[in-house]
Amino acid sequence: MKTLLNAEQIHATIEKLFNNIVANVSPESNLAVIGIRSRGEILANRLTRKLEERLGYKIPCGTLDITLYRDDLHAPRSGAQPTVRTTEIEFDVNDKFILLVDDVLHTGRSVRAAMDALTDLGRPRAVRLAVLVDRGERELPIRADYVGLRVEADANELVKVHLVEEDDVDQVIIEHADDV
Amino acid sequence: MKKNAFQWTRKHLIGLRDLSREELEFILDTAEGFEEISTRSIKKAPPLRGKVVVNMFFEDSTRTRNSFTLAAGRLSADVIEFTKKSSAVNKGETLVDTARNLEAMGVDIVVIRHSAGGAPALLSRSINACVVNAGDGYHEHPTQALLDVYTIRQVRGRLDGLKIGIVGDIAHSRVARSNIYAMTKLGAEVTLIGPPTLMPPRVRDLPVRVSSRLDDVLEELDVINMLRIQFERMGGNPFPSVREYSHFFALTVERMKRAKPDITVMHPGPMNRGVEIESEVADGPNSVILKQVANGLAIRMAVLFLVNQAAMQTDVKS
Amino acid sequence: MEKILITGGRVIDPANQVDRQADILLADGQVAQIGPRLSASADRTFDATGKIVCPGLIDLHVHFREPGDEEEETIASGSAAAVAGGFTSVVCMPNTNPPIDEATGVEYIHRMGRQARKTFIYVMGALTKERSGQELAEIGLMHQAGAIGFTDDGSGVQNVAVMLRVMKYASMFDTVVAQHCQDNALVKNGVMNAGYNSTVLGLPGMDPLGEELMLWRDVQLVKKTGVRYHAQHISTAGAVEIIRQAKQDSLPVSCEVTPHHLLLTEDYVEDYDTCYKVNPPLRTAADVQALRDAVREGLVDALATDHAPHLQSEKELEFLAAPFGIAGIECALPLYIKALIEPGLTDWAGMLSMLTWRPAQVIGVDKGRIGPGDRADITVIDPGAEWVIDTDTFYSKSRNCPYHGWKVKGRVLATLVAGEIRYLSPEWTAEKQ
Repeated sequence: MKTLLNAEQIHATIEKLFNNIVANVSPESNLAVIGIRSRGEILANRLTRKLEERLGYKIPCGTLDITLYRDDLHAPRSGAQPTVRTTEIEFDVNDKFILLVDDVLHTGRSVRAAMDALTDLGRPRAVRLAVLVDRGERELPIRADYVGLRVEADANELVKVHLVEEDDVDQVIIEHADDV
Repeated sequence: MKKNAFQWTRKHLIGLRDLSREELEFILDTAEGFEEISTRSIKKAPPLRGKVVVNMFFEDSTRTRNSFTLAAGRLSADVIEFTKKSSAVNKGETLVDTARNLEAMGVDIVVIRHSAGGAPALLSRSINACVVNAGDGYHEHPTQALLDVYTIRQVRGRLDGLKIGIVGDIAHSRVARSNIYAMTKLGAEVTLIGPPTLMPPRVRDLPVRVSSRLDDVLEELDVINMLRIQFERMGGNPFPSVREYSHFFALTVERMKRAKPDITVMHPGPMNRGVEIESEVADGPNSVILKQVANGLAIRMAVLFLVNQAAMQTDVKS
Repeated sequence: MEKILITGGRVIDPANQVDRQADILLADGQVAQIGPRLSASADRTFDATGKIVCPGLIDLHVHFREPGDEEEETIASGSAAAVAGGFTSVVCMPNTNPPIDEATGVEYIHRMGRQARKTFIYVMGALTKERSGQELAEIGLMHQAGAIGFTDDGSGVQNVAVMLRVMKYASMFDTVVAQHCQDNALVKNGVMNAGYNSTVLGLPGMDPLGEELMLWRDVQLVKKTGVRYHAQHISTAGAVEIIRQAKQDSLPVSCEVTPHHLLLTEDYVEDYDTCYKVNPPLRTAADVQALRDAVREGLVDALATDHAPHLQSEKELEFLAAPFGIAGIECALPLYIKALIEPGLTDWAGMLSMLTWRPAQVIGVDKGRIGPGDRADITVIDPGAEWVIDTDTFYSKSRNCPYHGWKVKGRVLATLVAGEIRYLSPEWTAEKQ
């Protein structure tokens, strides 16, 4: 196991993401932030708070549960079952400029599922993707618009994001699949 | 980490008697996740895409059948409606043959309502498809009880420690049986209330209290579930007249005055207004009867989703 | 006719209080000689060392479905099953289609039995026309045609006035009136014992009182009429109580018990397995215990299978719709052993009494003993043979048997009727050349 980012570095990375995003936002852009459950949700909340502070107006923020849209929903599992949890998006996504937030971009399958789920909710004007870590090994033609940290991880390595709200600590680690 | 290490493994839902508290809660939690779908403008999600659900209803039911049809549709399944009138059942084809024929057409989930207790259990032994019991004789009606406890949890926060009364024809009620299992497993204390002629044999061996006096127990109840008096099922005359039954067992405005002010009033429907429940009570502030109907959809989506999940897992293994 | 010598077996003949090692010589359809180390010559000789040689078993209660339901069983297939089970005489019930309610029916069953040439077939006629419980059937003419008793089996005679008339009328013949005790008003559309299980399964129950009330009622009528009365397949502790009292009062009342009521409880119905749907229904553990105690006490006159074959397609129906009945005549003996001898409720002589001379007495026939000069109806049993019941090997046409896969002890090796070998187990290669 190796630490890629400690708490301080995470804050700096989020700051960097934020600066990149805010440079492309204007009051007319009709921005809304949606996090993918569950680490993406936390990052989305943090980003939204910062954006609201800087821009001085309310930005809608919601959470997307992608369980029902996963392409491995029916695949064999060894571990626990993904629990279906509720999608909490209390605003109309139509014509919004959606900033989709997740913790790690890996195969691209979660993002694919999230875009399908989003499409079922309406027709946003545009969707942009922000991730804390892009670790490579993509399986679908998907890329992020805003990336905090790029890592070249091997197929048998896992990149995990821990956030205080869920895990009592802010850190990004990388570990061998065999170690788990 | 939160509730996670749980694996739902049942590809059939026949009854709640064998379910653990953990399993019951998992269904309720899953149903919560499905509630949001019904609030969308496009009320659909894809998890049963390409799956075929057949609604085999051998007994009249509008509410439950519509609820299952809608639930399956919202999960993107194809639904075949099969009712006794339009089938070969009248020509003497057996239940098992009928189901095997449907299975040959590629049905994945059979939702069955039948007047004979045990028909869903029989089906589950005879075919590979998932079987969901939508009410069999007076055996069980698991999805009704699930939506009942879901509604109670929603309104009261929990079932632990609640005192729940179930009033009416317990002997011929599948709803009562499933309710007893679900409610007691989730920690509630259940009292069955009705005349002894409407109680099944050895009722006291169930984990319940039994009373024939509604007025004696009413004031301690947190929740009261008024069962429909099913004239068509009873046979004989277990009570002298509707008037006398109502006198002792109907939930009237007058009786409500002696109940706890926040008592939750439930009814599985369809109601006989003026027989077991007065309209003012059914439509009053304590009633959650329409909430029950709405919640039925989320519960049935959860059940269809989970049995299919379990089937996919076992199919892969075998 | 060939002479058969069976050597070295343990001959148990409870009617004659015989239980010793002996040879037995059969000639001209009779027991010719019996004694240690006979020096007789014979056409065939069997070594029965370590085996039990006893009077042929008698089953007072079978349904061979002929006429009317030959796809389920015929007298030929049922007879083959009976001898495989060690039974040299069986009593066919009259609830066929049409029912046996007149002399021609009795003659038909007898003729089919003779043609099958396996077990000896007796018949009970119906008490009332079409078993409808209304008008007297031609009891006298059937009696003359050879019916050895009368019953409306499948249901009891509900109307007490009709039952009184039937018993009064039958009392002029030397015959027995048998009853399937069940009060329909109380039992209604029941399909299993009324109790906790029926409540949980949501199935209509059959209250034990339904059996007990009719049995009690009939015993009162016996007091009035003096007719010989036989309670068929009793199943409840309360019924045992009533039989005990009747016997204490020296009334001419007898009773029979089935293997399933001695072995199975209502708990087996769990999961709606129609194999366990039987009438009278499987009751509680306390009832099973009461029946076993009744055996120990000597209250039970006969062990009877109530062999009731049904088509698989019918047993595949919903529990409510499936027919009642268990087919089990071929595996009855080891089941009786399991229920009665293994727990020490009785010994071999005691158990065989209820399978030989005592049932013979119930139906008033001179059978069930093997002294010199008696008819050579004989069953040879290996008491120690352990085997697994496999319904696929049954001679019966039906497979509705809940004992499939049971490991049991005790097996029929040979069944001889009137001195003829009618069944010989492929396992038994004891013939001396």
